[in-house]
Amino acid sequence: MTRETRGSPYAPGDAADTEAMLDAVGADDMEALFDIPEPVRSDGEFGIDARSERDAARLVERTLGRNDDLTEFMGRGHYDHYVPALVDDLASRQEFLTSYTQYQPEVAQGFLQALFEYQSMLVELTGLDVANCSMYDAATALGEAATLSQRVRPVSGDRILVPDHLREGKREVLEAYADGPGLSVEAYPTDEGTVDTEGLADALDDDAAMVYAENPTICGAIEPELDAVGELADEHDALFVLGSDPVALALLERPADVGADVVVGEASALGAGTAYGMGAGLFATREAFLRQVPGRLVGVGEDATDRRAFTLTLQTREQHIRKERATSNICTNQALLALRTAIHAATLGPDGLVTLAEDCVTLARDLAARLDEVPGVRAPVNDRHHFREFQAHTDQPAAAVASDLESEGFAVHVVGEHRVQVCVTDANEPAVDRFVDAVAEVA
Amino acid sequence: MSEEDHAPEAGTLYDQARWTDDGEYEPLLAEKGTSEVEIGDDSPLPDELTRDSLELPDLAEPELARHYTRLSGMNYGVDSGPFPLGSCTMKYNPKFTERAAADPNAAVHPDRSAESVQGTLELRATLQDYLGRIGGMDAVTLQPPAGAAGEFTGIRIAAAYHEENGEDRTEVVIPDSAHGTNFATAAMAGFDVVELPSGEDGRVDIDALEAAVGDDTAALMLTNPNTLGLFERDIEEVADIVHDAGGLLYYDGANLNALLGRARPGDMGFDVMHYNVHKTFATPHGGGGPGAGPVGVTGELAEFLPTPHVREQADGSGYERYEPEQSIGKVHGFAGNWLVLVRAFAYIARLGDEGLADASARAVLNANYLASQIDYEVPYGPFHHEFVASAGEQDAADAAKRMLDYGVHPPTTKWPEIVDEALMTEPTEAETRESLDDLAAAFDAVAGEDDATLEAAPERTAARRIDQVRAAREPRLSWQALDD
Repeated sequence: MTRETRGSPYAPGDAADTEAMLDAVGADDMEALFDIPEPVRSDGEFGIDARSERDAARLVERTLGRNDDLTEFMGRGHYDHYVPALVDDLASRQEFLTSYTQYQPEVAQGFLQALFEYQSMLVELTGLDVANCSMYDAATALGEAATLSQRVRPVSGDRILVPDHLREGKREVLEAYADGPGLSVEAYPTDEGTVDTEGLADALDDDAAMVYAENPTICGAIEPELDAVGELADEHDALFVLGSDPVALALLERPADVGADVVVGEASALGAGTAYGMGAGLFATREAFLRQVPGRLVGVGEDATDRRAFTLTLQTREQHIRKERATSNICTNQALLALRTAIHAATLGPDGLVTLAEDCVTLARDLAARLDEVPGVRAPVNDRHHFREFQAHTDQPAAAVASDLESEGFAVHVVGEHRVQVCVTDANEPAVDRFVDAVAEVA
Repeated sequence: MSEEDHAPEAGTLYDQARWTDDGEYEPLLAEKGTSEVEIGDDSPLPDELTRDSLELPDLAEPELARHYTRLSGMNYGVDSGPFPLGSCTMKYNPKFTERAAADPNAAVHPDRSAESVQGTLELRATLQDYLGRIGGMDAVTLQPPAGAAGEFTGIRIAAAYHEENGEDRTEVVIPDSAHGTNFATAAMAGFDVVELPSGEDGRVDIDALEAAVGDDTAALMLTNPNTLGLFERDIEEVADIVHDAGGLLYYDGANLNALLGRARPGDMGFDVMHYNVHKTFATPHGGGGPGAGPVGVTGELAEFLPTPHVREQADGSGYERYEPEQSIGKVHGFAGNWLVLVRAFAYIARLGDEGLADASARAVLNANYLASQIDYEVPYGPFHHEFVASAGEQDAADAAKRMLDYGVHPPTTKWPEIVDEALMTEPTEAETRESLDDLAAAFDAVAGEDDATLEAAPERTAARRIDQVRAAREPRLSWQALDD
C-alpha cells in the first residue's frame, strides 16, 4: 500500500504558511487550536489506513466488483432508462455540481433557472399549478403529501387510505411521517392490480384526509377508473394524491383531469438510472395549497435592472426560517437529480418522451405475451394494460425460478409464492430474447 | 445607479458570464421552442387511458448543450472560488470520488438478492464500520437520505426507545442557536419543542438546561461545536444532566468536520447522532443535494435502527441484510442515497486516520486565521471550523451582496440570531493562506464601504440584486405562470 501523504491532499498549506498562521492566531501548534477538555479528547486512532488515490479507487472498484453481473428485469418503483450522454456531461459541469443551495441568487441564476424549468416541465406533465424542486424520493414525497393533507383539510380527519398492494417500503416511510401528527395509514382493496372502486367506497368515510393511488400501480397495471377515485375522494373532502413518474405522465391520463390534488413519485425515472434505490421525489399540487407545500420553490423575480431573474421563494414555509412551524424539515434535497431529470426530458423532447412511454407499454405487452407461451408460466397475471412491468405466474415456486434465473444471469422480483414481477424498458430490451430463453430453461 | 460608481478596483476579480437576449438573461427552454405532440390513434393504449397531448421544449442537442453550458456559466460553485457559507461546509471534493460513484457495479437495483450484491453490501458494512469508529458509535445506518432525514431517524429512534421503556416523554430540548432543521424535525416527529437560551459565552447555559429538562424530556439535540463555532466545554455535565433526567443526547453532525481525530460524539456521552457525509467527507453539494445522513447509535439503541440493516454473516462467509428487532421501520423508500455513500467511502479510504485529522486541523486553523484577519468584530472564541462575525452598523445581507462583487461567495447571513447582523463564516480546510488573505481582503473592503454602495450591490454578477420580496408576494413558479 502506497502512503503518499500523512495529511489530507485536499487541505493545502506548507509548513511555513502553517507556522505563520499559527503565529497570527497565537497558537503554539495545531493541537492548541482545539478547545476540547481532556476527558473527552480522543487520539484519532480509528484504524483506517490512508491510501493513494489510485489505491482508494481500486478498493472501491474491487469491492463493488464482487457484485454479480446480472441483467436486471426489475422495477417496482426504481427504473432504468437509458440516460443520454448529454445528461452526464452537462450535470457534471462543476458550476452546477459543486454549487450549493441558491441562497445568493445573483450568483446562482444558472441552477435556479434549470430548477424553474424542471418545475415547469412537471406542471405540464401533471396539469397541476405548482411543483417543488425535489423531495428525497417517491416514498418521502408521499409522506409529505400525507402531512400536507392534514394541514389543508378544513375539518379534522386522520385516516390515510392507500392501496393494499402498496410497496411495503413506501408504506413504512409513510407511516413514519404519519406517526408524529397522529395519522393512521389504512389499506383499501385492489382488484387485478388496480383500485377496487367499490372496496374503496366502502373504506371511505369523512375521517379520511387523503386517498392515495398510483398510475401505473406497483404491479405495473394502468388504472382504468382514476376519475372515479378522484370523485370518491372529493365526496369525502379527502385529498386525492396520485403517484406516478415523468415517463408515465407523458402518456397516461393527466392527473389534473382525474381530479388529483397532489402528484408525487419518482422524478429519477428520467436522468438517474439504477443507483440502488437512490431517487428524487417529485411533488406537484394545486395553487390553493401553495403556502403549505414542503421543500424549495424557485420563482421568477426582477433584478435591479428590471430583467427577469430567478430566486428561491416563499422561504417562510421552510425550516431555516419557520423552525418548528415549517411545512417540512427538508433542507438538503435532490437538486442535482432534478437537474438531470430536466436535461433528460429536454433531450428527448415531447415526441421522444411520448415514444419512450409508448415503448413502456408495447415492450411490457410483447414480453408478457412471449412469457405466456413458455410452459409453466402465465403472464400477465392481471387482466390490465401494463406499463414497463407486469406480474407472471410460475408453476414452479417463484423463489426457485428467480434463483435459477440468477444462475443464468438475470434478476427478477419474487412477489408471491408462485409469482414474479418482470420489468422491461429501453435499457434491458436488447436482452429480451436471451431472457425469454432463460425463463424457458428454468420454469 | 451606475455600474461604474462602485466597481471594485482589484485586478483578479471573478466576473460571471451574463447571457442576455432582448433584455432578459438566457431565455427559458420553452421560449427557445416547444412542440405539442398529440397522442392519437397509433397509441398502444385506448383513448380513455391517455392524455390528449403533451407540450414541452423541443430543441436539438447542440442547442441544449449551449443552453445548459450558458446556465452553468451563470452559476458559482466551490470550484469557482471560496464558498465560506457557515454551517454548510462547502469544501473542495476530490474528483476521483466522482469516478468511484460512476462504477458500473454501483448501478444495481435495490431489490437484488443479497447473494448477488455482495460488493454493495460489503462496501455498506465497511462504511458503517468506518463511521462508527469515527463517531464513537456502536452501530450505524446508512439509510437517511440527508442530514435532516438523519435527525428524523434519530429522534424516531429516541421515541421508540422511550416507548419501549414504557415512558411517555413529549419534549425535545433545543438550544436557540441550533439549526432550524432540529426544531422542524422534533415537531414533525410529534414532540413539543423547548427552546434553550444560550448563555453569555455562547454556549449551553447549565442553569437553563437544568430548568428545561425533566420527566418529559425525550432528548436534547446539540451541535458541538455549536453554530457559533464554539466547543461545548461542559459537555460531560450536559450529558449527565440529560441522562439523569432520563433523556437521550442527540448529536447534530453538521459540524463534525471540526472534530475528526480530536473528539468523538460517543465519548462525549451522545447516544445518537447523524453524520452529514456530504459535508464532513466528500460529495459535491449539487446545487442543494443529494446528501446523505447516516445515523449512529450506542449499542442500547442498535435494535431500533431502520430496516434493512446490513451486517457480516456470523460465519464470515459474506454479508446479509436483516431487520433489527425493534426497528423503527424505514425513512427512505429503498436504502438511501447510495452514490453519495460510495463517495464518502472512497474519501475516508483515501484519507485514513491522518488525513481526516489533518483536514480537521486545517479547517480549524483556517477559521481562526480568517477570524483574526478581518476588520469586522468577531465575538466569542476560540473557534472551531467556523466563526460568526458581526457586520455591526451594516446590514449583513447587503454586505454579503457586496462580497459577491469581490469574487467570493459570502458567508451565511443574519444567523444565528444571537449575533447582531451575523456573518457566519466557514472557510473549510480547502482554502490556502493566499486564498484566505484574499477572502479577508474582500471582507475588509466591504467593511469599509457605505450603505449606498452595499445597497447597490452586486454589480459584477450574472444578475443584479433580485427583489425577493416581490417574487414572494406574486409567486410565479413555472413558465406557464408567466403567460398569465
